[in-house]
Amino acid sequence: MDLTYTAEEQAFRQEVRAWLEAHVPKTPLKSFDTRAGFQQHREWERSLNTGRWSAVNWPVEYGGRGVTLLQWLIFEEEYYRAGAPGRVNQNGIFLLGPTLMEFGTPEQKARYLPRMASGEEVWAQGWSEPNAGSDMAAIRATARKDGDHYVINGQKTWCSRGAFADWLFGIFRTDPNSERHHGLTFILVPLDAPGVTVRPIAQLDGETGFAEVFFDDARVPVENRLGPENQGWKVAMATAGFERGLMLRSPARYQNTARKLVEFYRAHADTADPCLRDAVARAWLNAESYTLNTYWTVSRLMSGGSIGAEASLNKIFWSELDLHMHETALALLGPRAELTRAAPDAGNIGDWLDGFLFALAGPIYAGTNEIQRNVIAERLLKLPKG
Amino acid sequence: MEFRFTEDQLTFHASLRKALEKECTVAHLRALWATETGRSPERWAKLAELGLLGLLVPGEHGGLGMNEVDLVLLLEETGRVALPEPVIETAAVGAPLLAATKLAEEWLPKVAVGEAIVTFGHPLNPFVTDAHVADLLLLPHGDELHAVPRVQVALQHEPCSDASRRLFRVNWTPKAATRVAQGTDAQRLLAAALDRAALACAAQQLGIGQQMLDLGVRYATERQQFGKPIGSFQAVKHLLANVAVRIEFARPVVYRAAFSVAHETAARAVDVSHAKVAASEAAVLAAKTVHQVHGAMGYTWECDLHIWMKRAWALEAAWGTSAWHRARVAAAVIDGRGPAATFGYSAPGA
Ligand SMILES: Cc1cc2nc3c(=O)[nH]c(=O)nc-3n(C[C@H](O)[C@H](O)[C@H](O)COP(=O)(O)OP(=O)(O)OC[C@H]3O[C@@H](n4cnc5c(N)ncnc54)[C@H](O)[C@@H]3O)c2cc1C
Repeated sequence: MDLTYTAEEQAFRQEVRAWLEAHVPKTPLKSFDTRAGFQQHREWERSLNTGRWSAVNWPVEYGGRGVTLLQWLIFEEEYYRAGAPGRVNQNGIFLLGPTLMEFGTPEQKARYLPRMASGEEVWAQGWSEPNAGSDMAAIRATARKDGDHYVINGQKTWCSRGAFADWLFGIFRTDPNSERHHGLTFILVPLDAPGVTVRPIAQLDGETGFAEVFFDDARVPVENRLGPENQGWKVAMATAGFERGLMLRSPARYQNTARKLVEFYRAHADTADPCLRDAVARAWLNAESYTLNTYWTVSRLMSGGSIGAEASLNKIFWSELDLHMHETALALLGPRAELTRAAPDAGNIGDWLDGFLFALAGPIYAGTNEIQRNVIAERLLKLPKG
Repeated sequence: MEFRFTEDQLTFHASLRKALEKECTVAHLRALWATETGRSPERWAKLAELGLLGLLVPGEHGGLGMNEVDLVLLLEETGRVALPEPVIETAAVGAPLLAATKLAEEWLPKVAVGEAIVTFGHPLNPFVTDAHVADLLLLPHGDELHAVPRVQVALQHEPCSDASRRLFRVNWTPKAATRVAQGTDAQRLLAAALDRAALACAAQQLGIGQQMLDLGVRYATERQQFGKPIGSFQAVKHLLANVAVRIEFARPVVYRAAFSVAHETAARAVDVSHAKVAASEAAVLAAKTVHQVHGAMGYTWECDLHIWMKRAWALEAAWGTSAWHRARVAAAVIDGRGPAATFGYSAPGA
C-alpha cells in the first residue's frame, strides 16, 4: 500500500491544472438543458478536444490520451476543482464510447468516436419506453430488416439531452417472435432521420432536460448496428455497467459539493440549527468514503481485477450521498429554500435548488436503487430469486 | 499510488483466518463465559506463535517490526471470530506505546512471546478491559502517563452485556516510580494510543459486521415461510443489501486510516475518526438488520447472533462513540481548515 503519487502522476495533475486554468470559461455557461446552453456546452467540448482532454482515458488512436484509471481520477479531480462545465456528451464519451471500442467495427469506431470526442455529435440514450422502465427487457419498439436497412417503429422515452442531441443509441426488437431480453439489437439512430420525431418533456425544474422519441418507419442503414443482430442485450448491459460503475460519477463531483456545503455551513453557522453541524460532517465523511472506495476499486482494476455487480453498490451510494448533501443544504437555507434563482433574496440558493432537483433523480435513473438492491442481494449475496 | 495489500499481507491474513476459525469457535466462546477469567491462556500463546502479538514490536525486541497496514486485516479477522482476548490493548496499542518508552527493553520481548498482557486506560473509557489478567496497566493521570503492575491496583468488576467482555474500574495511586511520560510527551503518547485503538476497533467492526451479514444471508436462505426461503422476499433482500453497501464503503476507509497511522500523516486523527464512524455504523446497522431478519430466533440466548451484536455495540461505545468521532471530524473540517487533501486532491484555495 502506497498512498502517495508517483512523479509522473503529479506531473500529469499539474499539466491538467495548468490547461484548465487557462481555458475554463470565466463566466458560467447556461444550463445544457436549454438550447443556448446546449450550444455553449458543445463549444466547450470542442475546446476540450482541441487540448485532447475530452476523453482522456480513451486510447490515443481514438483521440484520447490512453491514461491509467488513476490518472483519469486525477483529471476528474482537477476538472471539478477548476469549476469546469458539466459534460453535455457524457452519454457518448463515458457510456457509448467504451461500448463502441468493445463491440464496434473499425469503420464504426472511425466514424463515431472522433465526432463524439469533439462534441460535433452529442448522444442520447434510448433504453426506456413507456412500458419498459425498470423492466427493461419489456422493450417493444421494433426494428425490421428491409434489405440493407432497419425500419424502426415505436417509442422511447426519458432520453436525457434528447431534446437537443444529434444521435440516439438504443435497443430495439429485431425478432418479432422473441421475448424479454432475447431478439433485441443495439442500433445507432440519427435523430434528424425522416420518421423520427422528438418531443421535449419539461422536467421538475421546468427545462427540457429529457425527451420522448417517436419512430414511424424510420430507416437506418444496417451498418448502424452495434454488435450482432439479436445480441443487443449483452451490448446494452456492458453500457449499463459503465453507467453504474465508475465512469458516470467520479468522486470529485461529490467532494466538490461536500466542500461547498462546509463553506455554506460556515457562512450560516450563527443562524443554523446546531444539529445540522453533524449532518454537514456526515456529508463530508460520506463524500470522502465514496472517494476512497473509488480509489480502492481503481487500484483493483489496474492490477487486473474486474467490476461486475459491485457497480450496484456504487450506484446506491453516490445517489443517496448526493441527495443527502442537497437536503442538508436546503435545511440550512430554512425558509429561503423555496426561493428560485430569480428571487431578489436568492443569493446562491439557485445552485442548491437545481442541485437538489437533479439529485432527486439519482435514485431513479441508471436503474432505480430498488433494482440495484435486487442485484446486490441476488448476485453478490446470492440470496434466492423471488 | 497503490491502494491495495501485498501478496504477503494477504497470505498472512488467510493463514490467520484459518487458525482463528479453529481456535475461536462459538463453542470455545460459550465455554469461557462462565469461567473465572473468561480467558484462554492457550489461545493467547497461540496468538503469539502466529505472530499477532509481536507484530508491532520492533525486531530488536523480538517482534516482527511491522506496521498497522500489516495489522489491519488481521484485526478484522479477530472481529470476525469475536475473539475475546485483549489483542487491541496489548498488540495494537500497548506494544507501540511501550516501544516509545524506557520500558521497551523490559516488556516488549515478553509481549512478543505472549508472556505479558498489557492493557490501557484512557479518559474516553472509564473502565479498563481485561485488567484482571493484565501484567501491566498503562494509565493516564492528569498530564502524566503511568505504567502500573497489576499487583499495585485494586479492581472492581463491572459485568457487561457482552458475556465475553471483562471490564473493571481501576483504583490506584500514582507514584514517581510508575511514571513513564509527562506533559506534551504523555499527550502525544495518549493521542497516538487513542488513534491506534480506534483504528483497531474499526477493523474489528468490519469483521463483526461482515460476520453478521453472512449469518443473516445464511438464515434468510434456510428459513422458510409461505413455502419459500425468506431471502426470496424483496423486503428482506433490501435490508441485507443496505448492510452490504455500508460494509463495502467502510472497508477502504479503515484501510486508509491504517496507512495514516502507520505513516503518521497529518490527517491521521481525522482519518481514524472516519474509520471508527464508518465501521461502527456499518456494524451497528448489521446488528439491527440481521436481528430483524432472524425474527424471534434472534431474540434468544441460544442463537449465536448476539455474540457479534453485543460486541458491535460495545466497540461502538469504546474509544470514542461515533458521535464523539464525528464531532472530532467536524472540528477539523468545519472549524479548522480541514485536511487539505484526499491523497492529491486539494480544494481550491487550500
Ligand atoms: C432525470 C432522468 C433521466 C433519465 N435519462 C434516461 C435516458 O437518458 N435514457 C433512458 O433510456 N432512460 C432514462 N431515464 C429513465 C430511467 O432509467 C427510468 O426512469 C428508470 O429505469 C425507472 O423506470 P420507470 O421510470 O419506468 O419506473 P418504474 O419501473 O415504473 O418504477 C417505479 C417504482 O417501482 C419500483 N420498482 C419497479 N420494479 C421493481 C422491482 N422489480 N422491484 C422493486 N421495485 C421495483 C421502482 O424502483 C420505482 O420506485 C431517466 C430518468 C430520469 C429521472
